[in-house]
Amino acid sequence: MHIEVRGLKKQFGDFQAVNDVSFEIEKGHLIGLLGPSGGGKTSILRMLAGLESPSSGDIIFHGKRVNDLPPQERGIGFVFQNYALFKHMTVYDNVSFGLKVKGQSKEFIRERVMSLVELTGLKGFEHRYPHQLSGGQRQRVAFARALAPEPQLLLLDEPFAAIDAKIRTELRTWLKDMIERVGITSIFVTHDQEEAIEVADEIMIINKGRLEQKGSPWEIYKNPQTQFVASFIGESTIVENIERLKGFEEAANWPGTQALIRPEYIEIGKLSEFRLPSATFQGTVKHLHFRGSEWMVEVQVGDIKLITYRSLEKDVLQPGDEVTVLIHRAYLFNDSDTWIMENRLKVDPMPIHI
Amino acid sequence: MKKLWITLTYLVFIILLIIPIIKIFTGAWEEGWDGFVEALSRKQSLHALMMTGIIVVVVTAINTVFGVMLALYLVRAGWIGKRMKQFMNSLVDLPFAVSPVIGGLMIVLLLGPSSIMGAFFEDIGFKVVYALPGMILATLFVTFPLMVREVMPVLQEIGSQQEEAASTLGAYSWYTFWHVTWPSIRWGVIYGVVLTVARSLGEFGAVLVVSGNIMNKTQTATTLVYQDVENFNVIAANSIALVLAAFSVGLLLLMEWAKKRKEVH
Repeated sequence: MHIEVRGLKKQFGDFQAVNDVSFEIEKGHLIGLLGPSGGGKTSILRMLAGLESPSSGDIIFHGKRVNDLPPQERGIGFVFQNYALFKHMTVYDNVSFGLKVKGQSKEFIRERVMSLVELTGLKGFEHRYPHQLSGGQRQRVAFARALAPEPQLLLLDEPFAAIDAKIRTELRTWLKDMIERVGITSIFVTHDQEEAIEVADEIMIINKGRLEQKGSPWEIYKNPQTQFVASFIGESTIVENIERLKGFEEAANWPGTQALIRPEYIEIGKLSEFRLPSATFQGTVKHLHFRGSEWMVEVQVGDIKLITYRSLEKDVLQPGDEVTVLIHRAYLFNDSDTWIMENRLKVDPMPIHI
Repeated sequence: MKKLWITLTYLVFIILLIIPIIKIFTGAWEEGWDGFVEALSRKQSLHALMMTGIIVVVVTAINTVFGVMLALYLVRAGWIGKRMKQFMNSLVDLPFAVSPVIGGLMIVLLLGPSSIMGAFFEDIGFKVVYALPGMILATLFVTFPLMVREVMPVLQEIGSQQEEAASTLGAYSWYTFWHVTWPSIRWGVIYGVVLTVARSLGEFGAVLVVSGNIMNKTQTATTLVYQDVENFNVIAANSIALVLAAFSVGLLLLMEWAKKRKEVH
């Protein structure tokens, strides 16, 4: 289903939960709504479902305005954060609910439910009650139940929040495969960037009721358009006076500008390891943290503290060691603008000063 | 010290509960089985028990339907403002705070023959006060909070997500109520029904004021007991009291059972 949202707003009393959000979603895409808790993601999802009515703005499905349609008539499936399974019904009855409401024949229901039960790997559990299932199984029941009436749009509210970390990654891949196989347009809400990046075709970053940026995960990572997006996606250190770092002296031309540097843009090592020694400078290792698959290194350069990662294959550093540091690039931002600045000495190792 | 307290507790329990029950029992049996049967088979006894029966059935039916409805609105309705909900919520408890006699008096003042509304109903041949409708109204007033207060916490606890899930699956409110909400609240409702039956069986003050206690017309079992006591007809009073007590014990057992089921679900 093709979805268009124009100027969507939602107010709860004095609180502006959603503020002028507009976007379009192509048929068959899997979209992640990503942002901090309380940012308005769930409100947007609930308005799409018809569970909440917008204060203003239009929601258009397939070119038809659906603002005044109740949830029953929108042709959507909704997976709730805590699944909201009917706890007095078996798995079979839960999944068949939407079909029974529509008055489908018994044989049809049986066939559809059994095929969904098989699809979601719940075979043999049809006669169990929700409280007899594990978290992951409940989530799959919720998914099967939402899909049973063949909705055109699937909405998932924090679908993995209530599942423990280990099964979560498994279920993520499973859900992505499943949605691809069914070919249904889907939108899911999450506050976990890793989850959004891994699962979604496209991410919409929502903060304080506004749509900050929409794009593929790679685009958003590569070209964050606002300071919020830059700091929310990936890890980063904020540097107040970037002009003191070698290669970024030009930043002094924009007073009041701060920089945001991702760990992966910083390289540390011995001077001999760098191809362009002129672009590097010296720093001191301050702390080392073992992160399971790599070292996280805090490097002190003057009064600036930088954070980067170092492979376990390389020589183990000690706090107090002198290291050579190279910063590849940084996001610069001030009140009015954000842009990416490459290390100038790396681009042009021998600048001619006239 | 501990022993003394235990003994004291037993003593209070015996004086307040056991002795009165034994007294009712022996009082009713003072002239043997025949006295008991005779007291009960008097015309006014049968009529009073019938009146009580009618009131219990009608009040319980009305209170169940409207109590559940009000609980649903107070918990779920988005179109009622927060302030309004709080106001209605505290209003529900009014009958608990007001003495039943005063509740009955309000009905007499509002719908009595000398009031405008009462005169209007009288004109169309529908007597409210000093008749069955008034007695039902008075009992409804007294029992009203019972159902609402039983169902509301259950509704709050189950939350609205299951109902929202049903609506996204295409179910409208009636279907959702019977297939999703009802199975969750039903033990709460049954508990509320038992409480309502018990309360309307035993209601005295409000009914006495509204009914006028006219023998063979507007007398209920409790007001008959009162009249028999006034007339020093102790055996009759004890016999009817015994019947009421037997019902209460039955209800008590039912209540325990319902409570257990309510906790399970």
